[in-house]
Amino acid sequence: MPELLAPIAGNVWKILIAVGDKVELDDEVIILEALKMETPIYCDDNGTITAIRVKEGDAVNEGDVLAVIG
Amino acid sequence: MFDIFKQLIMSSGAVSLTGGNLIMWLVAFVLLYLAVKKQYEPLLLLPIAFGILVVNLPLTFLMEPEHGLIWFFYHYGIENDIIPPLIFLGLGAMIDFGPLIANPKTLLLGAGAQVGLYVTFFAAILFGFDLREAASIAIIGGADGPTTIYLTSKLAPQLLGATAVSAYAYMALVPIIQPPIMKLLTTDHERKIVMSKLRPVSRLQKICFPIISAMTIMLLVPASAPLISMLMLGNLFKESGVVERLTKASSNELMNIVTIFLGLSVGATMTASTFLSPKVLFIFFLGLFAFIISTASGLLMAKFMNLFLKNKINPLIGAAGVSAVPMAARCVHKVGSEANRRNYLLMHAMGPNVAGVIGTVVAAAILLKNLG
Repeated sequence: MPELLAPIAGNVWKILIAVGDKVELDDEVIILEALKMETPIYCDDNGTITAIRVKEGDAVNEGDVLAVIG
Repeated sequence: MFDIFKQLIMSSGAVSLTGGNLIMWLVAFVLLYLAVKKQYEPLLLLPIAFGILVVNLPLTFLMEPEHGLIWFFYHYGIENDIIPPLIFLGLGAMIDFGPLIANPKTLLLGAGAQVGLYVTFFAAILFGFDLREAASIAIIGGADGPTTIYLTSKLAPQLLGATAVSAYAYMALVPIIQPPIMKLLTTDHERKIVMSKLRPVSRLQKICFPIISAMTIMLLVPASAPLISMLMLGNLFKESGVVERLTKASSNELMNIVTIFLGLSVGATMTASTFLSPKVLFIFFLGLFAFIISTASGLLMAKFMNLFLKNKINPLIGAAGVSAVPMAARCVHKVGSEANRRNYLLMHAMGPNVAGVIGTVVAAAILLKNLG
């Protein structure tokens, strides 16, 4: 199953999706905050969100799994 | 009764007001507005603006040598070079040199972006400034507030207010000044270049970095010692991971405390008689020129490096070689993501950005060594 990875280290600022949501390529799904700047993360695939691995406020490293798309 | 009243009025500051004072009030109010309403570098502009306002109230003697309250802050903090190195201590405790360690060639970008400084140095001499003044103006191109204050207070203290305000103003204006130059000097294709993931940097490397670079830089350029030693000490605090209290004290409490005295003192140097001269306009103009040339030279340096690199770098990160940390890196990230929304350049831009800080300090030390 495709995983959505954090392209950049930072804190999870906002999660714009919920488990079960249908998402499309290039949808804005999560906003990370790094160096006081909001960075939107876009979806890489079409599908349904089957799991969200982070919650708002979490610190993530580059390459961490943010969500799983089924 | 009338006499007492008359005396009271005559001894008040109001009758000693000059037109210059009123203009300086206006300058103070503009800066207050920018700080409060626009939030341009408010941590500095707010105390600077208030400093300007209070020294332009006649007969308060706040900047009177040996007597005035703010004069003491200025004398002990800035004239004696205490505050800028302390700011660097805090900066060191906040900076992550990881991206620079992971990609050491970005050091060249930090050096490349210092070109504007030297170009401006000669331009300022052509405009009739003497060598020491020219150096103080040129350093604005490094976009590093504490270094600008450090160098100007040693070489041309009469220009301190103007160079400090223009350095901080241009740092705040990074998102407005830099993007047009970035777009002019790069192609759409270049801006879209996605850079590969930075290699991980071990804790040992991060601990060794401040020690080794402090030794290397200070052996090569001893005049950089006050700023570099404090910067690297702060970074060693942070990366060692064993003195969290000292890291926090340096980057929060101490930094905030000295920022108050720094801003107030810098503002207080701006009395009508020192600030209201045509020279000041030239300083702002030349400072902007320095900043633009530095941005351009960083970009061109990156494009030049690409001629030899197999894994191309995105030339935008060259613009982060000016030291405004992290404003310039954020700006690079933003312009990069406009070209390609999946382009995350932030961390890649932090490499040249922190290298720029070191580059500006070294440049300042070289100027100081030769002109001080």
